[in-house]
Amino acid sequence: MTFTGINEQDVDRAYDALRKDAMDGGYRLNPDAEFVKNLIRGLLKNEQRYAYRACPCRLASGKKEEDLDIVCPCDYRDSDIEEHGACYCALYVNEAIADGTRKVAPVPERRPPRSQRGTMKERAVQTVAVGGGATFGSLPFPVWRCKVCGYLCARDQPPGICPVCKAKKERFERFL
Amino acid sequence: MEHVNGTDKGNVVLYALSTCGWCQKTKELLREMGVAFDYTFVDLLDGKEQDDAMNRVEKFNPAGSFPTLVINNEKAIVGFREQEIREALGQ
Repeated sequence: MTFTGINEQDVDRAYDALRKDAMDGGYRLNPDAEFVKNLIRGLLKNEQRYAYRACPCRLASGKKEEDLDIVCPCDYRDSDIEEHGACYCALYVNEAIADGTRKVAPVPERRPPRSQRGTMKERAVQTVAVGGGATFGSLPFPVWRCKVCGYLCARDQPPGICPVCKAKKERFERFL
Repeated sequence: MEHVNGTDKGNVVLYALSTCGWCQKTKELLREMGVAFDYTFVDLLDGKEQDDAMNRVEKFNPAGSFPTLVINNEKAIVGFREQEIREALGQ
């Protein structure tokens, strides 16, 4: 796959950065480097046309607030690696696939279909409902949860970048 | 819709995304098999056209995911399922 406006140096640079971030966070990339670079071309293309790295294997709406769950790494990655050995795109894989002892198989779509997808506003309401303020109101700090990897921290605000998976602040929800 | 010439195996339509690795692999497989098919990159369509394409995809694949390969307007193969595609469109 080649796209206009995506140069190969950027692809290589993004590949190195992604690999390093994956390793640092305890994740593994697909061992097929060419396949990964193809996905990175898609990510960079999406960054160019939507201004965020929407999943290359899903149709983005172009509205970031509707697509936060599919900004790579997506909210579904860890569950899919756990259940299927790979994320939806097979960009991230488990140890067995990374080491070549198991092969990647198609991963069914975990994201709710269009008709069942709430907007961010509705989701924010759900988040408030889950964070039982009445029960946990006595906590000295709110607890924030990274929707990508589940990392929890207790502080006034979520961190700017998740220290585990490098997801941005906007991917955190109030947990307690 | 773009058309790819090949052996007529009925009405074969591939709904794909221009950025998706598995869509690419599915397209390559169909080419390699020499099957005649139509394909469209849904992410490159605008507004209503994209909406119409999504409605068609969802009719056969309620998850609305890609690639969705629709055969004769009745059967859909979702994802890069090489074996299944070969069986459905083989000799």
